[in-house]
Amino acid sequence: MTPVATPFFFYLLAVTMIIGGILVITRKNAVHSALALITALLAQAGIYLMLYAPFVAGVQIILYAGGIMVLFLFVIMLISIERTQKERQFNSQWLVGIAAAAALGGLFISVYTKGKSLFPEGRPSYVEGQNVQDVAALLYDPHTGMYMFSFEIASLLLLVAIIGAVVMAKKRI
Amino acid sequence: MHDLIQYITGYLDKNVKVTPGAAGNIFWITVYILLVFVGLSVAVIAMNWLERKILAHMQVRLGPMRVGPHGLLQPIADALKLLLKEDIMPAEADAIVFWIAPFIVVLAAFTVFIVVPFGPAHAITDMNIGILFMLGVSSLSVLGIVTAGWASNSHYPLIGALRSSAQMVSYEVAMGLAVISVILMTSLNAQGVGTLSMIGIVQAQQAQGTWFIFKFFPLGLVGFFIFAVAMVAETNRAPFDLPEAESELTAGFHTEYSGFRWSLFFLAEYSAMIAVSSIAVTLWLGGWLRPFPSLHGPEIAIAHIWPPSDPALPKGALDFVFALFPGISFLFLGAVCFYNTARMPKHPLFKIQTLGLAGFGAVLALIGLILFVPPVRDRVGDIFWFSAKVAAFMYLYIWYRGTFPRYRFDQLMKVGWKILLPMGLGLLVCSGFVAMRSEVWHQIVLPLSHWFVSLL
Repeated sequence: MTPVATPFFFYLLAVTMIIGGILVITRKNAVHSALALITALLAQAGIYLMLYAPFVAGVQIILYAGGIMVLFLFVIMLISIERTQKERQFNSQWLVGIAAAAALGGLFISVYTKGKSLFPEGRPSYVEGQNVQDVAALLYDPHTGMYMFSFEIASLLLLVAIIGAVVMAKKRI
Repeated sequence: MHDLIQYITGYLDKNVKVTPGAAGNIFWITVYILLVFVGLSVAVIAMNWLERKILAHMQVRLGPMRVGPHGLLQPIADALKLLLKEDIMPAEADAIVFWIAPFIVVLAAFTVFIVVPFGPAHAITDMNIGILFMLGVSSLSVLGIVTAGWASNSHYPLIGALRSSAQMVSYEVAMGLAVISVILMTSLNAQGVGTLSMIGIVQAQQAQGTWFIFKFFPLGLVGFFIFAVAMVAETNRAPFDLPEAESELTAGFHTEYSGFRWSLFFLAEYSAMIAVSSIAVTLWLGGWLRPFPSLHGPEIAIAHIWPPSDPALPKGALDFVFALFPGISFLFLGAVCFYNTARMPKHPLFKIQTLGLAGFGAVLALIGLILFVPPVRDRVGDIFWFSAKVAAFMYLYIWYRGTFPRYRFDQLMKVGWKILLPMGLGLLVCSGFVAMRSEVWHQIVLPLSHWFVSLL
């Protein structure tokens, strides 16, 4: 299906994401921050969909919004709100923060202004109905696959993390 | 104006055999969304009545009998009561989160129906990531439950929400492993390329000539069993209904909710049940395919009735018999209504109720007759079989609730992590091996099954 009202949906999702991001750092209540973060992550999944990457969008929803954020909320809910309300919200490293924000902003502005020379003119058209199969071919195919090794390394890293969590949580194994 | 009519009727062309989403027809997408929404709401209302009635009969009670004949209008009376009830919010509750939580649950429960395939062209749209989308979005409903429990600022809801999130996160793992084994089975074609699309999964079962529950017996059956247990836990239903265990937590995460907002939780619970059942039906029970989809029987022809108007549809005698099923089942329901009309008490005070039941029977019989009209018959067959299979699951849910006692929380975690998860991992390894060496499997299993049949 050809996309409809692309600019409208892009700006809708982008604004949702930015508002969500701002709310994450400005809300004092940690649960509100977490909910704002979920909104931002879901809007990001929408942006992935608009970039013809439905698989990444699905993984974003299932992992971040559905998995990680549920565990976040799980932990946050057990924290006393009264104490968090009294704690200071911002720390005093605003000088470093401004420098980092300026560097990142400068990068964004330079990409925005010089974008035409940085990226190829015509974007190859991706087949939306083949996205998962394309990702799989890129990862695992013996001829076209390039990232098998890095994928396996990443899964090893996750395994180490799982074992570490079990060792830390359980005193007697 | 002419273009508009063409745009609308263009989708009805017999050559268009895709979903409205794939055809990009916004008018029919809207129509399908409305149809699914209305159908789902009617199904939830019917489920409300059926659950109380069937549970009552299992416990040798009558169930609702007062509002309408055999309590048929009870769900409508309940809905009216809920809408008129005062909407109470606890004084110390977090107002915004308390307000948002039911909507998160409802949105998650209804959004998944975008990809549910009621037929090869009867879905709102077909996504390349279909099953991933369904699992992902339905897992979002736990967010609504957790926030509802937290925002109520009360002990019972908080404990209910904690139990719920722990339970849903645990059982999602086993569920995912069972689903992966099915996706492995879809890749057993000439190209060796599988699919995540819901319609693609059913088409793979059609192409391989078997429902995946019977594929690589008993591997498909084991996968189905894992999913069937995990899906009851995912929807917080008995025997895994600890988040709302009334003897311990009054009503769990929705203790503080009342009126309209409570009814949203109710709606979401039942539509989530329908959603996970339709995943199970799509993945293991052949989706919209009728029983024995590869048997057609001899080709027959009856003037004006058979073969179907669409030449692509099969023309066998068995196809004809199965095509009559939807109409016959509705006629049967109508006949049951008429039988019970005759059994109604003859007292004059019961006159309205008797007439109402007869009218309801007449409506059902009329629907049955409409389903016999050839163009309608050829289009709704797949929807009927899909809904019938989902309805069987709905009955099972009620049956579980009437049969099994509730698990304790440690037993629940034990079942999830120590039984279903290792089973799922073993299943994945086995089906991976069998998929690679399917001829070996056939050399072992087929002679064994022939030997077993020869014994009988």
